[in-house]
Amino acid sequence: MTLKTTESSQFEATKEVEKEILIDVQNVKKYFPIKGGVLKRTIGHLKAVDDVSFTIYKGETLGIVGESGSGKSTLGRLLIRLLDPTEGKILFQEADITHLTQRQVRPYRQDMQIVFQDPFASLNSKMSVEQLIEEPLIVQGRLDRNQRKARILEIIEKVGLRPSDRQKYPHEFSGGQRQRISIARALVLKPKFVICDEPVSALDVSIQAQVLNLMKDLQDEFGLTYLFIAHDLSVVKHISERVAVMYLGRLAEIAPKNRLYENPLHPYTKALLSSIPVIDLDEDASKVKREKIKLSGDLPSPANPPSGCTFRTRCPQAHERCAIDRPELREIEEDHFVACHLYDNK
Amino acid sequence: MSNQPVLDVNNLKTYFYLEKDVVAKAVDDISFSVYPGETVAIVGESGSGKSITALSIMQLINKPGKIVDGSILLNEQDLAVLKPRQMTSVRGNHIGMIFQEPMTALNPVFTIGSQMTETIRKHKKLSKKQAHEKAIELLRTVGIPRPEQIIHEYPHQLSGGMRQRVMIAIAISCEPELLIADEPTTALDVTIQAQILDLLLEMQKKYEMALLLITHDLGVVYEYTDRVMVMYGGQIVEQAPTKQLLKLTKHPYTQGLLSSLPNIDQDMERLGTIKGTVPPAYNFPKGCRFSTRCPFVMDRCKESNPALTELEKDHYVRCFLYDGGDKA
Ligand SMILES: Nc1ncnc2c1ncn2[C@@H]1O[C@H](COP(=O)(O)OP(=O)(O)OP(=O)(O)O)[C@@H](O)[C@H]1O
Ligand SMILES: Nc1ncnc2c1ncn2[C@@H]1O[C@H](COP(=O)(O)OP(=O)(O)O)[C@@H](O)[C@H]1O
Ligand code: SF4
Ligand code: SF4
Ligand SMILES: [Mg+2]
Ligand SMILES: [Mg+2]
Repeated sequence: MTLKTTESSQFEATKEVEKEILIDVQNVKKYFPIKGGVLKRTIGHLKAVDDVSFTIYKGETLGIVGESGSGKSTLGRLLIRLLDPTEGKILFQEADITHLTQRQVRPYRQDMQIVFQDPFASLNSKMSVEQLIEEPLIVQGRLDRNQRKARILEIIEKVGLRPSDRQKYPHEFSGGQRQRISIARALVLKPKFVICDEPVSALDVSIQAQVLNLMKDLQDEFGLTYLFIAHDLSVVKHISERVAVMYLGRLAEIAPKNRLYENPLHPYTKALLSSIPVIDLDEDASKVKREKIKLSGDLPSPANPPSGCTFRTRCPQAHERCAIDRPELREIEEDHFVACHLYDNK
Repeated sequence: MSNQPVLDVNNLKTYFYLEKDVVAKAVDDISFSVYPGETVAIVGESGSGKSITALSIMQLINKPGKIVDGSILLNEQDLAVLKPRQMTSVRGNHIGMIFQEPMTALNPVFTIGSQMTETIRKHKKLSKKQAHEKAIELLRTVGIPRPEQIIHEYPHQLSGGMRQRVMIAIAISCEPELLIADEPTTALDVTIQAQILDLLLEMQKKYEMALLLITHDLGVVYEYTDRVMVMYGGQIVEQAPTKQLLKLTKHPYTQGLLSSLPNIDQDMERLGTIKGTVPPAYNFPKGCRFSTRCPFVMDRCKESNPALTELEKDHYVRCFLYDGGDKA
């Protein structure tokens, strides 16, 4: 399926791009049962992801931001079928992978990889770097031993590690280097799609910058598509072409990044953006004076979300309708989707 | 700003004796002052010595760590000579501290109320009932809704942001002159972070406290503090009024940090980076501690460590590019 759109931004010349959909997510839900009582019966559901639809285009980076517990990681794991959706449909290159068994999903696995946040926990400490990177190749079973060794050497150098590092173990590396190992492990199968779940959140800024630059270079070189999950909005803006904002298991807004950051429409996105402390040295000169919108209260529990719009308990613009009707995600302007009753008439 | 500092740290060294001949110089000769009503930031990457600086001030360094040199004066009183009992009283009455992860600082088996009244009664002569009322009032002050109810709850029943509010309530309960907050919002989401930092500043004004804010976020430094010290390898490498430091950045490390931050207002193809990684505290390079990563490294940087030198009024830098005097 191809789609023609005009992408414009303040910084790039307007260009026509052919957009090919890699992943199509339709009304996906993930409800986790809540057990209770002596019999451990299901007494309710935690709506981690609640009716989410969007597309990911080939070669792009789609960023996902949202508060802790808003469902970002759950969504990521659903897309590559590490979790089974409760409802909805997931298409990967037009193939419906929603209900495939783990065995049936295996051929797709090599195209879909994931890099986790915690470089300390996500690598088996008993395996050497070489074994860690070789493991997915062995599971895939396409290359012989010599071919595997050659592939490992190639990827090790691509991610900026030294050939001599192959014999070392994870504890011998710093956080940034471990994240390079995780990236090598994810890319060794030459996937098309990589989910990056907070890959730099645990790293110091100077190391974070090294890893972000590396991820951009690898994307260009291998033509990768990224779903980049993070809670740092400036990191997401740096790496993404489009950004989606999640709140309590739902999408609040999704748009090309410059549109979203310069002209956020959803009250939650506005508050989120204005809460980031920024170094704004020529305050007087800056065109857009940052207006601070401070939210009160905490994120409600996804086990018991508010009726209607789930953001209404914290929204400065909540009105009567917001408690009754759930706002649908609608395209308010080209490529800019918002779920909020303030835009009902647009 | 009065001339008499609340806190005066001189040549503080705190080392950890890990094994025979292995010494981690977590804090290695740092000096600074904090004045009444001021908000001072300590910024630096993990392992640079920020928390150990705070814990040294609180006299909370345990084996194998030890304060090996220097003095810490609180209102001219040397904390090192105090008996443990006296120091306990200083910690409650004169210095309050807030930690990064409130869950570790709060006791999970006691209610919020019992922990608060215990702290209050340790330092103030109040009856149980009066302390309970004081606790409710404090919870209200820090913006906790329904304090009469929350006071009977346990820490795990509260969200991260609420727990941090409780920690603030406890820290300010005895109206200290100095509040030390060690990464108080690092575990929190940005909308909650903004609430907590605003609350800290509001409390600071209300109780006229000096605030020492430890963070790794230069955006937080910019928006919330008056003065900033940048730490690297257990030492202060640059110190200045906040805006000056961020505008007229002198030290190559601070410059590197700033260039590696993605800018939310500007698109950049690539981020600036600092090559390599932070050396461990038990194995600093000879000479300037940043010399293994510095793009401007010169021969003399590998031989001796520059001194922290006042380049302009109130702007201190530790770097030979500005020809600081040699120091072993
Ligand atoms: N296996 C599970 N069983 C029950 N509940 C779960 C499970 N996994 C996640 N949840 C819940 O689903 C919600 C969304 O979790 P998720 O991990 O997707 O959030 P997130 O946006 O990635 O948060 P963070 O920023 O903290 O990583 C949370 O309330 C979480 O507690
Ligand atoms: N209990 C300890 N034992 C040994 N080394 C320690 C201990 N606590 C801290 N250190 C070392 O001291 C240095 C400074 O630590 P810390 O002050 O916690 O850094 P920061 O708070 O800036 O991240 C680090 O190198 C750390 O490894
Ligand atoms: S629908 Fe209502 S409550 Fe929800 S974001 Fe819009 S205005 Fe606010
Ligand atoms: S003293 Fe030398 S190595 Fe150290 S920061 Fe300055 S130029 Fe770099
Ligand atoms: Mg997550
Ligand atoms: Mg610390």
